[in-house]
Amino acid sequence: MSLRIVVTVKYVPDATGDRHFADDLTVDRDDVDGLLSELDEYAVEQALQISENSDDDVEITVLTVGPEDAKDALRKALSMGADKAIHVEDDDLHGTDAIGTSLVLAKAVEKAGYDLVISGMASTDGTMGVVPALLAERLGVPQVTLLSEVSVEDGTVKGRRDGDAASEQLEASLPAVVSVTDQSGEARYPSFKGIMAAKKKPVQSWDLSDLDIDEDEVGLENAYTVVESAAERPARTAGTIVKDEGEGGKQLAAFLAERKFV
Amino acid sequence: MAEVLVYVDHVDGAVRKPTLELLTLARRVGEPVAVALGNGAGDTAAALAEHGAVKVLTSEAAEYADYLVVPKVDALQAAVEQVSPAAVLVPSSAEGKEIAARLALRIGSGVITDAVDLEAGDEGPVATQSVFAAAFTTRSRVSKGTPVITVKPNSAAVEAAPAAGAVEELSVSFSAAATGTKVTARTPRESTGRPELTEAAIVVSGGRGVNGAENFGIIEALADSLGAAVGASRAAVDAGWYPHTNQVGQTGKSVSPQLYIASGISGAIQHRAGMQTSKTIVAVNKDAEAPIFDLVDYGVVGDLFDVVPQLTEEIKARKG
Ligand SMILES: Cc1cc2nc3c(=O)[nH]c(=O)nc-3n(C[C@H](O)[C@H](O)[C@H](O)COP(=O)(O)OP(=O)(O)OC[C@H]3O[C@@H](n4cnc5c(N)ncnc54)[C@H](O)[C@@H]3O)c2cc1C
Ligand SMILES: Nc1ncnc2c1ncn2[C@@H]1O[C@H](COP(=O)(O)O)[C@@H](O)[C@H]1O
Repeated sequence: MSLRIVVTVKYVPDATGDRHFADDLTVDRDDVDGLLSELDEYAVEQALQISENSDDDVEITVLTVGPEDAKDALRKALSMGADKAIHVEDDDLHGTDAIGTSLVLAKAVEKAGYDLVISGMASTDGTMGVVPALLAERLGVPQVTLLSEVSVEDGTVKGRRDGDAASEQLEASLPAVVSVTDQSGEARYPSFKGIMAAKKKPVQSWDLSDLDIDEDEVGLENAYTVVESAAERPARTAGTIVKDEGEGGKQLAAFLAERKFV
Repeated sequence: MAEVLVYVDHVDGAVRKPTLELLTLARRVGEPVAVALGNGAGDTAAALAEHGAVKVLTSEAAEYADYLVVPKVDALQAAVEQVSPAAVLVPSSAEGKEIAARLALRIGSGVITDAVDLEAGDEGPVATQSVFAAAFTTRSRVSKGTPVITVKPNSAAVEAAPAAGAVEELSVSFSAAATGTKVTARTPRESTGRPELTEAAIVVSGGRGVNGAENFGIIEALADSLGAAVGASRAAVDAGWYPHTNQVGQTGKSVSPQLYIASGISGAIQHRAGMQTSKTIVAVNKDAEAPIFDLVDYGVVGDLFDVVPQLTEEIKARKG
């Protein structure tokens, strides 16, 4: 038996950088350093653990849809231990929204061949947390999402989803789309050996024509949503800061009373 | 007037507050028609009618609890086909966003998530969002199909607006995909007796500075003196001092209360992402350089083990 896992990873602007919008109101990716979305490291980690715990032949492919630099995200995932990578890159993809991105990912996953797709819980730039559900809808396979625990055995994926009102045990048969949260277990650091090995691992590049996607199905012009304006949030007016000299708690209480919270 | 579908978040018939807020926003765009699914769906009608629902479509099939997400998408799609609404509004929970996205894809529409405000516009409803850890505010709209928009808790006031709230059974035929992901067990979260974190008017949070599970008692005591919910930073959660359900931030809950009190929290970007839109922010931290102080209306530089208990005592004394 063999198990083909595709991990979807996104290349995002560093959250600790000065993120902002470009003139066309898309996320500016030029001025801020990019990296593999930290939340997708958890997806790579779970793929590696599933592989390590399996008697089957497991092949892990990492897949990204993004600009030239997005290769960095793939390299990082390969150096963590993934086997190969696919980079979908096309100028016509600029400004694609979640609906469009899920189309591209679905076509690429199908072309690559898969038994299990593993995604992160949300991208750290868009933070929508919807692409895995969209991917499952498009592929017509079960979604087993937002898992804090996941295991695969005998063609069945099981996991725990900690929801708002309850914690649920989920189960579905493969093929399926899974997403994992940052509670699923710390992601490993690439080892020196891993980094060296990654340099030799294959990275395939596909464009829209490889995936039979028309240019009018993706891109900013064809997005299903428009951003009309983006404004920097006004800096908060400087507050009062006091040093505790023994009365700090009382001073704070007085402030809260003045604001009618007490 | 056009109708607007509102997806109802409820627990066995008890409508959760964010849904009532959605009804307020829905009335800006059209006439709210509520969709309530699962056990107790029928019991939601009175609360929904009181807050403006002209109609309540209900379906109580067991599938909603036994399988993940898809049965609810099937039902909402059936409601869209029946009502032809001007928009569909869904509470912005993790599940709400997944339902909304799949619905949008099926009906050929765009989806906007995590709106913090909504207004009628010439070309359809305009959603305000807070992005990049609340550093920017954007205004967006759906440009294709019926807008599907998820809205965060505390985005609007709950308003009484009595309407008919006529209950009608929604007829749903489940898709083949509906039974794909089985829920094999469910453990309801234990109630703490404190307000729901995302809905609370006041949130009191503790971070690494609290230095131990046993010390969270002083955070809880402050919270209880104010009738507040308790939050925690990821550092405190990762250390095992407080449950993950209480985590505030990018990978925890996003809160927007009237008052947020942070103690022993440095104010990392991922924490700010979940609390920066709070109306009044207060912090206690012994490091005057902590970035949290950039956000505060009032900050105390000091040891939380001195300041917080004194604050709690003073609040109790003032409340008498
Ligand atoms: C992808 C990703 C997602 C993340 N998601 C989240 C999230 O959802 N929520 C979140 O909170 N973080 C999140 N983080 C982590 C975040 O980056 C920070 O590491 C975390 O918020 C730090 O928590 P803290 O402020 O409690 O701890 P620290 O940064 O260690 O700060 C502790 C503070 O306590 C103060 N202190 C110590 N002792 C005392 C005392 N006795 N009295 C007063 N003050 C004291 C110190 O001066 C310090 O400022 C995420 C990180 C990543 C990479
Ligand atoms: N452009 C992309 N390329 C590859 N994977 C993506 C992309 N966008 C989103 N994803 C995946 O979908 C998850 C959720 O993203 P989102 O719905 O955008 O918050 C991410 O954690 C990734 O696993």
